[in-house]
Amino acid sequence: MTLTKALMATSALTLAGSTAFADGHMADEMTIVSWGGAYSASQQAAYHDPYMEMTGVTIVNDESSNEAVAKLRAMNEAGNVTWDVVDVVASDAIRLCDEGLALEIDADEQLAPGDDGSSASDDFGDLIVSDCFIPQIVYSTTAGYRTDLVGDTAPTSICAFFDLEAYPGMRSLEKRPINNMEWALLCDGVAKEDVYDVLETEEGQAQAFAKLDTIKDSVVWWSAGADTPQLLADGEVVMGTTYNGRLFSLIVEQEQPVGMLWDAQVFDLDGWIIPAGLSPEREARALDYIRFATDTQRLADQAKYISYGPARASSAPLVGQHATLGIDMAPHMPTDPANATNTFLYNYEWWADYRDDLDAKFQSWLAQ
Amino acid sequence: MAEQVLAADGTPLKASLNRALRRQKMRALLLIAPLLLFIMLTFIIPIGQMLFRSVENQIVGDTIPRTVEALDSWDHDADAVPPAPVFDALAQDLMVAVELKEHTRLGSRLNYEMSGISSLFRKSGRKVDDIGEVYTDQFVALDPAWEEPATWVGLLADPKWIAAREAWDGTGDEPAFIMSRAAKTVLPQTASIYADFARVIQTEDNDSPAEEEPWHVVYLALYNDLTANPSLEVTGPLSGLVSSAATAVPSFETEDVVATFEGFDDDWKNPEVWETIYTYSPAYTNGYFLNSVDLQKTNEGVAWQPENEQIYLTLFWRTMLMSMTITISCILLGYPVAWMLANLPARKANMLMILVLLPFWTSLLVRTSAWKVLLQNQGVINDLLVWIGFVADDNRLALINNATGTIIAMTHILLPFMILPLYSVMQTIPVTYLRAAKSLGATNWTAFWRVYFPQSVPGIGAGSILVFILSIGYYITPEIVGGTKGVFISNRIAYHISSSLNWGLAAALGAILLAIVLALYWAYDRIVGIDNVKLGG
Repeated sequence: MTLTKALMATSALTLAGSTAFADGHMADEMTIVSWGGAYSASQQAAYHDPYMEMTGVTIVNDESSNEAVAKLRAMNEAGNVTWDVVDVVASDAIRLCDEGLALEIDADEQLAPGDDGSSASDDFGDLIVSDCFIPQIVYSTTAGYRTDLVGDTAPTSICAFFDLEAYPGMRSLEKRPINNMEWALLCDGVAKEDVYDVLETEEGQAQAFAKLDTIKDSVVWWSAGADTPQLLADGEVVMGTTYNGRLFSLIVEQEQPVGMLWDAQVFDLDGWIIPAGLSPEREARALDYIRFATDTQRLADQAKYISYGPARASSAPLVGQHATLGIDMAPHMPTDPANATNTFLYNYEWWADYRDDLDAKFQSWLAQ
Repeated sequence: MAEQVLAADGTPLKASLNRALRRQKMRALLLIAPLLLFIMLTFIIPIGQMLFRSVENQIVGDTIPRTVEALDSWDHDADAVPPAPVFDALAQDLMVAVELKEHTRLGSRLNYEMSGISSLFRKSGRKVDDIGEVYTDQFVALDPAWEEPATWVGLLADPKWIAAREAWDGTGDEPAFIMSRAAKTVLPQTASIYADFARVIQTEDNDSPAEEEPWHVVYLALYNDLTANPSLEVTGPLSGLVSSAATAVPSFETEDVVATFEGFDDDWKNPEVWETIYTYSPAYTNGYFLNSVDLQKTNEGVAWQPENEQIYLTLFWRTMLMSMTITISCILLGYPVAWMLANLPARKANMLMILVLLPFWTSLLVRTSAWKVLLQNQGVINDLLVWIGFVADDNRLALINNATGTIIAMTHILLPFMILPLYSVMQTIPVTYLRAAKSLGATNWTAFWRVYFPQSVPGIGAGSILVFILSIGYYITPEIVGGTKGVFISNRIAYHISSSLNWGLAAALGAILLAIVLALYWAYDRIVGIDNVKLGG
């Protein structure tokens, strides 16, 4: 123990040296971590710019969200947290909260009430999946297909992925068990409400793998959200899964011959956390920013730039048109009633338990 | 004995020489000290610390110390859940851990070994503060004084602390709670949990134990202490309160803590959960190392992982094999280029050299992505082959998302590391040797093979070591072009560092990889000799 502590102290010193700049945090500067690309751009326009103008605080962007959990853990061990607000997916927020790396938030006390008068906790409702998590958007992992490569009958069901006869060719799926296992079971006749009960058993897992086996040779496995749009655009695959916003920009902004397959889309959440262990001033500023950036109007504003649904119920009626294209955004939202006829909600707690185990099995299955 | 030689100042020559040498050595050391310190701080210590995690496992013993201790006496072969005292201990440990927000951390640690423990701890943590309420109510009903924080302080605090607290002027932190020695012997369980309670109240809530009613589990501990030793005596003003409680406890309504836990979650009935906690309770474990070679710790000792979870040996083997393939392709492609570079006139050689170096100045990601465009099914190379008629349109070559893709892209990326050492060695081989060989009657081939090639071997050695060692640690390129059959062990290490957060396993995998590299280096030294490696003239 002492040895570890000593070792940690020394590496903390090293880290402190290398992050001297960040440590010199000026009173009016904050570092916000997000995903980069179009997503960060939408946050810049909807949240950062108005906030900077309103308060005079300078916001520094850091695009490290996909390794936020590991980095926050390292920063915490070194005792030098350089981030003020971090954008993470819900499952990461749960893990950060579990590890004591994120600040617990009291929604009603620390977040703005809804414009329609509802309290923050009612407005966000079930989307507050962890005490540390401030939901921002609802996105979905869903599928798209090449309209010119699927023949005369366009697919209408997620099970088209498993139908090599009707839709020959390659398809792209994410290189992880989450979502794929559920879809495999759904398409193997398991009822939606039974999926996780079945997946909990060895037989159920074998069943899912057996279903995936039928298409294993026709799958390109992706690990970055940008892979499927590129594969679809190049005609490498006839259909593929990715985040709905990526498909939106492929279809609407880049005008590629791609169609949306909303069937069995898996809803997931993305939102903010505030790292634990900030100095009181930084924490107060981070909370102030969060309060501003997650109010009803701001969440609705973000939907002008990217097709992700605002997490507040009260924001939905305010969603308007795309900032530059001038099209109505509502029909492109994963939460739009027409798109959400058959949906699936990512089961965070279940995956927190089975992720390690199933991932080992999944990787071993891939390697065979 | 010969007479001592003296220096000019009369000291023995040997001593004076030594002193001078020592001064010189010190000066040399001082000169390299900044570098040494830099390397120590930024390289050796962090790596050592990371590797150390592969055996570290204090989290279990630190988070649930009472449970770990109680489990020592558990007959774990009986295939049953542990006895009630273990659950009592767990209730107390969990209460402390929940207050310190450490229970979920422990849950995720143990979840690496057994699925479901993560939610088990999270779920139980939410309800653990109710355990022992039955006893709280009964103690308070017996005498309302049990509700008073002052009673507890009077019973358990060291007089020194009470005095220090009275002397404290209210600014800054309250003096840290001190447990009285007597309480520790008379009421061991109560004293232990109350000490944790006081610490948590003071450090986490910035409150005082003298103003807060203890947790329910403290009452549970008191009940346990009183039933274990009904004749216990405490001195001082509270002796009456304690002895009347001691007489009353046998008639108390009891709480079945085992049943309470089983009510939180059925998994507490599962002996496997307890087996996992027991197996991973020591402060150091070889579990991560076993996991990283597809083994696991079980009840009956070390066993193979189930077949459908074995992956790491395959990956280690694949990493070695593919790195070797990449190294050999680099030799085959790099040798002629280096030869040309060394033998062309300087102007042309410089031009070529720039072409070799150009990839160095391009981002790795850009180069890898470029290969994607070239190699994919509808990519440039396949299009070209179809256009020539070499392959049929519906039967395009699979050049990417498999091992082929990784080998092609990585050979290209690592080629300069082969060419540069080869080139610098070849430059030093005099052309006259080849001419001499030929004038003595050797054919072109003999002259090359017997005269030129042996002299270039040190360059091949240096290049191979560089390329091989770089390639076994690569993960970005395999991740992008490797699909499922072309990924390396480093991809799993990266996954465990940044996604699964199983740093212990990542460290063990890394340590094994490092050991393999060192072993290969040693073997190389024995076979080829490290002196035969040259990076230049």
